[in-house]
Amino acid sequence: MNEEQLHAYADGLLDRETRAGVEAALAASPADAARVQSWMRQNELLRASFDPVLLEPVPDRLRLLRIRRAWLPYAMAAVWVVLGVAIGVGGSALLRDRDAAASASLARRAAMAHAVYSPEVRHPVEVGAAEQDHLVRWLSKRLGSDLKAPLLQALGYELVGGRLLPGENGPVAHFMYQDGRGQRLTLYVSSRKGDPRDTAFRFSQEGRVAVFYWIDGKLGYALSSELDKAVLLKVATSVYQQLNP
Amino acid sequence: METARTMDPEIAQHIPRLRRYARALVGDRYRADDLVQDTLERACRKFHLWRQGSDLRAWLFTVMHNVFVNQVRARRLELEEFDDAPAPPTQMERIDLLDIEKALARLPVEQREVILLVGIEQMGYAEVAKALDVPIGTVMSRLSRARERLRALLSGAGDADMPGTGLKVVK
Repeated sequence: MNEEQLHAYADGLLDRETRAGVEAALAASPADAARVQSWMRQNELLRASFDPVLLEPVPDRLRLLRIRRAWLPYAMAAVWVVLGVAIGVGGSALLRDRDAAASASLARRAAMAHAVYSPEVRHPVEVGAAEQDHLVRWLSKRLGSDLKAPLLQALGYELVGGRLLPGENGPVAHFMYQDGRGQRLTLYVSSRKGDPRDTAFRFSQEGRVAVFYWIDGKLGYALSSELDKAVLLKVATSVYQQLNP
Repeated sequence: METARTMDPEIAQHIPRLRRYARALVGDRYRADDLVQDTLERACRKFHLWRQGSDLRAWLFTVMHNVFVNQVRARRLELEEFDDAPAPPTQMERIDLLDIEKALARLPVEQREVILLVGIEQMGYAEVAKALDVPIGTVMSRLSRARERLRALLSGAGDADMPGTGLKVVK
């Protein structure tokens, strides 16, 4: 086992077989295991520290470059964003909900996970759609609830796969879908504390990411993408119907 | 701005990632966006040099690296420590985050680039070597030094310079 392999292990760059070899070697060498552990922690801290930048709106001066000739589509996009926010604000004002803050944080966490993983080329998911049964079983077991990966082919989206994420109340299941042009959507499913309950759909625009989210019994769901709101609503409705036949 | 160039939407979609990397690299928000702006302008001017079909993200990071290195050289910009607002840490996690930003600022620029491309951008080592135009062995030794130094800084072992550990064979 050489130093390069230890780094590659910490960075998740090894194939399954080499990984197992390194794991065995680490089990026999606590000092190396501690080093590798601390490197992985560094990666986590770096991402936790800087990933929020992904959600910030891009400042005007960086957009100016592209506004010149193609201002119209962007102006239209701005109108949609304003409309979306207005609808989001108006809608949420109607909701008197004790855990409004908790669900808003669900939307934010989901948007963050979307922003981090959806542009990922190399590791968009931990387990691919080819192993769908295994994926759903694994995530169900970790969350302690029976999960389903909704089918969205009818809307043009294929399952890419999923991964397990850390969340506020324990593990989170994260499913990723993609259409023919590579446009991605992600479904974030987290366990909740407290009594089972249901809520209506809510919408939140988190920077560039649009999120529809709702609570269904013990689970909180959030569907995120950079699609416009009307299109995303259609997908969210389909997801909801499949989960509540 | 005398010339109006339309930014290719393909480039535009990478702006958030470029901003994240720049923020981690230079610390200060405005200086980081300056770096992104310079990178985008240069990328738009040189877009014809990008080979269709090759990885655009990797190319943009190479452009940013070149812009950054030129700036560091030209201004002899000794990157000072990040000027954090002294926010009162409320939770353990927050303390860790502030610490990692401070610790990062104490790494030499070359080591910082490598640990960020690997840790945040999740690039493979060969990709990093290509983006920074250095041999892969250099990437590994910088990564190794950066991680040991961060480990010492974060564990409070401190300010003393770590002796360069380099690449060594364990077992």
